[in-house]
Amino acid sequence: MRLRLTLAMLATLIAPPAAADWQATLDAARGQTVYWNAWGGDERTNAFIAWVGEQTEVRYGVAIEHVRLSDTAEAMTRVISERAAGRDTGGSVDLIWINGPNFLAMKEQDLLFGPFVADLPNAAYVDLTPGAPATLDFTVPVEGMESPWRLARFVFSYDSTRVDAPPRSMAGFVDWAAANPGRMTHPDPSNFMGATFLKQALVELAPDPAALLDPVTEESFAEQTVPLWAWYDALRPNLWRQGETFPENESVQQQLLNDGEVDILMSFDPASTAAAITQGLLPETARVFVPEGGTIGNVSFVAIPYNAANAAGAQVVANHLLDPAVQARMQNIEVLGSFSVLDPARLDEDARASFDALPTAPALPTLEELGPTLPEPHASWMTRLTEEWARRYTR
Amino acid sequence: MGKALHAVTAHRADGRLLRAAVLVTVALGLVLPIAAGLWQTGRAGAGLMPAIGATEASLAPFQQLINLPGFATALRLTLVTGLGATALSILLAVGVCAATHGRMSARASGRLLTPFLAAPHAAMAIGLAFLLSPSGWIARALAPVLGWDLPPMWATVNDPGGVALILGLMIKEVPFLLLVILSALSQLPVRQHLAAGRSLGYGRGIVWIKVIMPQVWPLIRLPVMVVLAYSLSVVDMALILGPSNPPTLAVLLLRLFTAPDIELMLPASAGALVQALLVAAAFALLWLLEGAGRAIGRWWVRRGGRGLSAEPGLWLSTALSAALFAAGAAAMLSLLVWSLAWRWPWPGLLPESWSLRAWSTPGSGWAAALGNTLILAAFTTALSLVLAIAWLEGEDRARRGRAGWAEALIYLPLLVPQIGFLFGLNVLFLRLGLSGGYLAVIWAQALFVFPYVMIALSDPWRALDPRLVRAAGSLGAGPWRRLFTVKLPVLLTPILTAAAIGVAVSVAQYLPTLFMGAGRIATLTTDAVTLSASSDRRVTGVYATLQAGLPFAAYGAALLIPALLHRNRRGLQAGGAP
Repeated sequence: MRLRLTLAMLATLIAPPAAADWQATLDAARGQTVYWNAWGGDERTNAFIAWVGEQTEVRYGVAIEHVRLSDTAEAMTRVISERAAGRDTGGSVDLIWINGPNFLAMKEQDLLFGPFVADLPNAAYVDLTPGAPATLDFTVPVEGMESPWRLARFVFSYDSTRVDAPPRSMAGFVDWAAANPGRMTHPDPSNFMGATFLKQALVELAPDPAALLDPVTEESFAEQTVPLWAWYDALRPNLWRQGETFPENESVQQQLLNDGEVDILMSFDPASTAAAITQGLLPETARVFVPEGGTIGNVSFVAIPYNAANAAGAQVVANHLLDPAVQARMQNIEVLGSFSVLDPARLDEDARASFDALPTAPALPTLEELGPTLPEPHASWMTRLTEEWARRYTR
Repeated sequence: MGKALHAVTAHRADGRLLRAAVLVTVALGLVLPIAAGLWQTGRAGAGLMPAIGATEASLAPFQQLINLPGFATALRLTLVTGLGATALSILLAVGVCAATHGRMSARASGRLLTPFLAAPHAAMAIGLAFLLSPSGWIARALAPVLGWDLPPMWATVNDPGGVALILGLMIKEVPFLLLVILSALSQLPVRQHLAAGRSLGYGRGIVWIKVIMPQVWPLIRLPVMVVLAYSLSVVDMALILGPSNPPTLAVLLLRLFTAPDIELMLPASAGALVQALLVAAAFALLWLLEGAGRAIGRWWVRRGGRGLSAEPGLWLSTALSAALFAAGAAAMLSLLVWSLAWRWPWPGLLPESWSLRAWSTPGSGWAAALGNTLILAAFTTALSLVLAIAWLEGEDRARRGRAGWAEALIYLPLLVPQIGFLFGLNVLFLRLGLSGGYLAVIWAQALFVFPYVMIALSDPWRALDPRLVRAAGSLGAGPWRRLFTVKLPVLLTPILTAAAIGVAVSVAQYLPTLFMGAGRIATLTTDAVTLSASSDRRVTGVYATLQAGLPFAAYGAALLIPALLHRNRRGLQAGGAP
């Protein structure tokens, strides 16, 4: 497998000019149906994916079949069981919405197709200089094995009619919860969002945040997480249901806020609160807030499994997702409201104007309000953190 | 004479051939996949899964499983919810039968039970989750009375003790057991036993416990085992209603099977074996209890207590069952209301604003899911019906009853926990290049649809008046003509009922569709379970309503079609002269 990867890299080095290459990909892709495995819990994302499918069908003759996952790991399991069965071509998964530990696991297991990102014509609009956000996934170098499509920033929301002053820092949650017992919770840390809540606290509370950017070791974990567990032990008794039960994910928690069972919500999408209001899923008075020091941010990617039956079509879809018009529509609060991954400096006048003309909403924070973006800890921290949390609090 | 004798032997040979063909089909289609699936799972559980580089047999996967945080609690939860739901369901079902038998016609009670049997587990669970939650319908009804501004701090859904899961299981299991007991009772002279018992001064309840139940038990033992195996290994209901930190064993295993860390498939497989052993142990417990019950029961019967005090217990169980049914009905209704809501915040009893938007966007997914669900239900039901009719006709022609092992064979897929063999089966299907297609899902669903169709059809088939067939034979009709022009038309109602049950079972399948469909074949059930962990109850409401609506429609058709076709055949109308 390593050999295949090396050969693929060699092939890209000695390949003919990209344009001709891309035309070959387009030709191969025509008529394909791309099975895009993506989390299906958000109706707006589902509708956006359906719209992208209509577009690629018309423009490139590539249809998209959205395979709705309740957890991204399901898609990975499928690829693994296919390899288990020796199905190294014609696999059932063509494209996966992926990042973080899932990407790291698939990359380490050589389960991915690529590198392919540099070959995508629209990659020209993305800042791919080493160290740029789109080249790192939880500090793991992407190396062209997955293509960015949307930006994520960790934010909190609250109902402004029920909460006067939300906490101003992660440490502040302890006092807030003590004053409002049972009115706050976080998704189960086995879920991405729940783990991010812990990571956000870790980034704020760790004695040396820089240590979080390296792969975790027993020593660094023990050293950096001492304040975190002290903080959590103080917080937990005042959580919803005394911190014995947790919502499965942020969507369930949003339902809890709408039902009035909790007052605080978290999300990886600054626009999700405004979006949920227009959909009637949150009260008009819901607002976004972030802790003062800033919050964790990352990029969502799409990757192609090594045995994808429709790898050409999948590349066409990945490329189309980076089209400035598609990105502008994605950032439109009335459509999806996810921030674009494109570098404004690389866009032409028209494209920039279409971003500037996007509508706003009262619950939509501005970039200034969101404060600085903090880097994700290395992916290994998340795995270790959720394991340790389970060990401590699952009885 | 000689010619007629020859014809009879020819028919018998014909019957034997048919029987052999059916048996081979069932063995290849039903037993083989289960055995192969278990074998694959067993290998992975013993550390053998070459695809992920595990090539050394060891007990490490078991070690790893046992060391998982909360494993012991998950095991305890599984036992408490599984055994608890089964035991309570039996108690309630027996109590209700004792209290209401003879006071309600079999047809009326059948009609009352049908909606609860038809409603898929996932839909019922989603509705119940809303009904019972601290911000749900019950709490909203109480809020103005008790002056709550905020939802109370109850732990009524996903409670760490699993009470909500037990309730959810009971709502589905009490009606099933009631139906099974009612059908068993129709084979017993209940009225005479009751009259004799009461004339000797025994209380109604005690006659039931001492005289009738011991006769009913052998007839319902297998269905009770099905309920037991199901309750111990249920996934969809436990995901929605059960505790989450830790969850029950089956949910824990699903999480392991789908975890980012591939290595966890080994302990997951080991866990699947533990799950199978757990069910086997529960069967053993049942067997022991049966033996103990027999010994104690004999002594107790001889003691001769009249036990009039059992009466309140009967009415209590009837009242509890009525409350369960009311909760189930309210849960289903809440799904429909949610699907029509726009804003429905706490503490409104009804939505603040209404909208048809969730229904008016079939393109967002429900149309495709509905289509898939219909295709799968049609094919699995048709396949199962043909196989069941062929099996029963083979028995008729060979003039032989069903051997015990054949009966056990039919029940096999319902007694082995799904998660125990489905993962291994998926690996096998992948090797054959079958995974991810309709064929694989139809096959996997038929494993569970066929037994129910077979069970539903067997009794009415045997109860067919043999004089009809004999008369047709004496008029010169051959075996095929007798089947198609006499048996099938006369048995239309039970065949359609069996088909409706088949549709209901197919629609409700979660794990087989998820595993075998490689996620590509989204049905109303898989989507509803995914959506149950989303923020939009209105969309979930649409899926769950459709999911429950399909089996209702099938049962409705099973009632209407014979009524229309047989409108001028009094003897064939339901409830008509036998």
